Amino acid sequence: MSQINTNASVAKILVAPSVILLALWMIVPLAMTIYFSTLNFNLMIPGGRDFIGFENFYWFLTDPSFITGIINTLVLVGAVLIITVGLGTLIAVLVDNPFPGRGLVRVLLISPFFIMPTVNALIWKNLLMHPVSGLFAWLFRQVGLEPIDWFTDLPMTSIVIIVSWQWLPFAILILMTALQSMDQEQLEAARMDGAGPISTFWHITLPHLARPLVVVIMIETIFLLSVFAEIFTTTSGGPGTQTTNLAYLIYTQALLQFDVGMASAGGLIAVVLANVVAVFLIRAVGKSLAEQ
Amino acid sequence: MQITKAPSVRLATLACAVSLSTAALAETVTIGTVNNGDMIRMQALSSAFEAAHPDIDLEWVILEENVLRQRLTTDIAANSGQFDVMTIGMYETPIWGENGWLEPMNNLPSSYDVNDIFPSVRGGLSYDDTLYALPFYAESSMTYYRKDLFAAAGLTMPAEPTWDQMREFAVALHDPSKEQYGICLRGKAGWGENMALVTTMVNAFGGSWFDMDWNAQLDSPAWHEAINFYVDILGNYGPPGASSNGFNENLALFNTGKCAMWIDATVAGSFVTDASQSQVADQVGFAAAPKQKTSKGSGWLWAWALAIPVSSDAKDAAREFVTWATSKEYSELVADEYGIAAIPPGTRASTYENQAYLDAAEFASMTLSQMQKANPNDQTLNPSPYTGVQFVAIPGFSGFGTVVGQQVSGALAGNTSVDQALRNANQVVNREMRRAGYQN
Amino acid sequence: MDMRRAKIVKNVSVTIGAWLVALLIFFPIFWMVLTSLKTELNAFSTPPSLFFMPTLENYLVVFERSDYLKYFWNSVVISFGSSIIGMLIAVPGAYAMAFYPTARTKDLLLWMLSTKMLPPVGVLVPIYLLFRDTHLLDSKIGLVIIFTLINLPIIIWMVYTYFREVPKDILEAVRMDGAHVWGEIRHVLLPISLGGLSSTFLLSLILSWNEAFWSLNLTTSSAAPLTALIASYSSPEGLFWAKLSAASTLAVAPILIFGWISQKQLVRGLTFGAVK
Repeated sequence: MSQINTNASVAKILVAPSVILLALWMIVPLAMTIYFSTLNFNLMIPGGRDFIGFENFYWFLTDPSFITGIINTLVLVGAVLIITVGLGTLIAVLVDNPFPGRGLVRVLLISPFFIMPTVNALIWKNLLMHPVSGLFAWLFRQVGLEPIDWFTDLPMTSIVIIVSWQWLPFAILILMTALQSMDQEQLEAARMDGAGPISTFWHITLPHLARPLVVVIMIETIFLLSVFAEIFTTTSGGPGTQTTNLAYLIYTQALLQFDVGMASAGGLIAVVLANVVAVFLIRAVGKSLAEQ
Repeated sequence: MQITKAPSVRLATLACAVSLSTAALAETVTIGTVNNGDMIRMQALSSAFEAAHPDIDLEWVILEENVLRQRLTTDIAANSGQFDVMTIGMYETPIWGENGWLEPMNNLPSSYDVNDIFPSVRGGLSYDDTLYALPFYAESSMTYYRKDLFAAAGLTMPAEPTWDQMREFAVALHDPSKEQYGICLRGKAGWGENMALVTTMVNAFGGSWFDMDWNAQLDSPAWHEAINFYVDILGNYGPPGASSNGFNENLALFNTGKCAMWIDATVAGSFVTDASQSQVADQVGFAAAPKQKTSKGSGWLWAWALAIPVSSDAKDAAREFVTWATSKEYSELVADEYGIAAIPPGTRASTYENQAYLDAAEFASMTLSQMQKANPNDQTLNPSPYTGVQFVAIPGFSGFGTVVGQQVSGALAGNTSVDQALRNANQVVNREMRRAGYQN
Repeated sequence: MDMRRAKIVKNVSVTIGAWLVALLIFFPIFWMVLTSLKTELNAFSTPPSLFFMPTLENYLVVFERSDYLKYFWNSVVISFGSSIIGMLIAVPGAYAMAFYPTARTKDLLLWMLSTKMLPPVGVLVPIYLLFRDTHLLDSKIGLVIIFTLINLPIIIWMVYTYFREVPKDILEAVRMDGAHVWGEIRHVLLPISLGGLSSTFLLSLILSWNEAFWSLNLTTSSAAPLTALIASYSSPEGLFWAKLSAASTLAVAPILIFGWISQKQLVRGLTFGAVK
């Protein structure tokens, strides 16, 4: 009895530093942001920081690009999640078999994750997707096709490709490591029972990957909700507002004018939306977390 | 290796009695600047300055334009004193000067010859008749064209073309199968990117951003005409991907021989004629920026200038550097090291009185006449309440100018109609003006 | 016989397929390095050249123009510093939550993750003002603090997940033997989850190394990491593809090489097969 109590209190002490630090990290900026969001606070205009209530929220929410921004954010998160999780699972299963040079293949596969987002966007934008001098344009012309004008005609697709390239290795990495802890005997038994590769995958591999998949989805979602550098470097949210997500909208609407009040209001709205997304995700995938 | 300005380090240095000599006295000047060619040269040449001023250490922070602008604005508005010299433009200088954030640039030594600087440039860098930044280089805009392609097609570029003529030329010279495009123009969204060019077009078509009561004019016939024209000429006779091309992208296209014509900053003159970076160096012709209904405001006016924030803790050393980097002496140094055509253009009358420069720099006379024509206070056909040729010198412009730029680039890419884009843009601008208290 | 042939066919196609996918995914990086060895005119020209006289000129320009070693060292100090501190704080917390869960553990974990949802642009000014007043602007310590905090939730999550995978019966068996909690951790838990811990550490390292928003806004010169170096090459005037590629290669090379070296350790990650 007393053993359990000591353990519980030791556990509390161990968790405490993380909780306290994160609480501070959340509360201090959040409190400042809430306070600033009610002020008429523009860095470019010194002096008078009047209290204006919810006016900043009103202006941010009634911005014509606001709805577009939300839709784009969700499209970007959704598309990248589907691509990285789908392809990631397939590739992880593919390289789970032994074959010559497997170590090197794995190294190559996870490499893009080490590349800075800005560098990633610059390489794709200039060296690969440039409609005149890019490699893709040349390849298209080689096979007699009209080169695609990526950032004009398919702006969101281009961003999704770039961001997916960045995050696919993360999914591969986590799933690949998870696959290694699969119970080989169980697999062997299934095979003996005459289960085909698809049904083995469906009934044994996939359930085994449930928890790592949750981790991949949760972590990717967190990062994808606030993708900024890739958009800033390539399309600047355009053409029009086709690639403006919430993070970029806050930047153009608020930070370009150094309107701290608006930026704060936008930030708070983004937090609320992110949490809504998170709650849905948790509903959808979080069950496996609780069950195990 | 590390130079910190923390007081504790200073004290530690002082306590260390051995190093009381030069090391303790050396002052660090942190310079924030853009990664443009002329500034990179300034960094390379600054060793001459350091040699002449052993008591001053220069620390360089060179960043891409957008990132730099954001860094500098945060720094100066928050009064955090990280920079001693800031590279800013004609848009920021009067606004920051008015806010009392910049050291006034008065009492300059007579050898500096401040009156040699073009009045329009001085005016653009002043607030209330006080100069707040010294110009490093200044630019207007002009037309670059390929003499060889014009000759081959039997065309002649007039000295002062109209936009209608530009369209005829673009149609005649556009040949995508040879990767040769009729005209290259800025399409990338941003107040300093596509909106710089688009605003000069609107000016030429007789429009303006605001009427005298600060009502947005973006839904006016002049804007519709100008934007329709822009979308047509660039969309149909421009390079693919035009909606993401800014100055740098177009320069690269022009230098590799892919543009028959290009309208952009006069400062590009020394790049397009430099054989080490341009494949068409000896085939470039120069003409005025196109006019249409009027030639008022058809070429822009911009200067990159060096300013000293009041939050700097090394103001005197910073002033030494700023006056050096914008002086005639510095121009001579550039001429010695990189050739006379490379000296920072557009700031001083004496540069354009120098026959050696005029001979070496073919683009110089066009630069001069464009600089003289640009007037930020009389830039629109009908009277307007703001200053600035290709921008509106009020704090909110960097925000709403960029949003309008996005709408225009959307129309260019064909995502929205020009009508829709301008309606949206007009709404956005009026919203912002209401919010900022310009309209009741 | 047929079985064997089918197996060979399968092996060959797996090998070819895996290599093809890997080369395709790696290609952009290869192309970047290749471009960094071209001249500017060559880099922009069409058709793109595969065979050319390589030049180191672009690298020389980068070294001449910027103090690469300073940026490199700052990146190393900041990313290692924040990752080490982050692990030291997170591992005990994750341990407690994984092995002594309470009814609120799940909520606590989700709350931790939710602290990452405030978009950086929204809180830039508050943090900047705090940093100004505490003299943390342009200091490595400041960035270490920020990166530790922004990566902490991720680290806790990852470590928690790895700890949860550790078979309970092993720990219980040790406990039966009367081992002290500390002994249990040191002799059983840590060795088992070493792979997981090191892959978490590497993840934190990568995220800190590549973070560009805070590092650009909170540093000026003395603490500026490699992301700031890239910002000075990203779109200058004229032809810049080759120089950009060289600067990019220099910026990503250290972490890439580090990742390759530690890859074995990393991929061992969740390999509990051996222990079972």
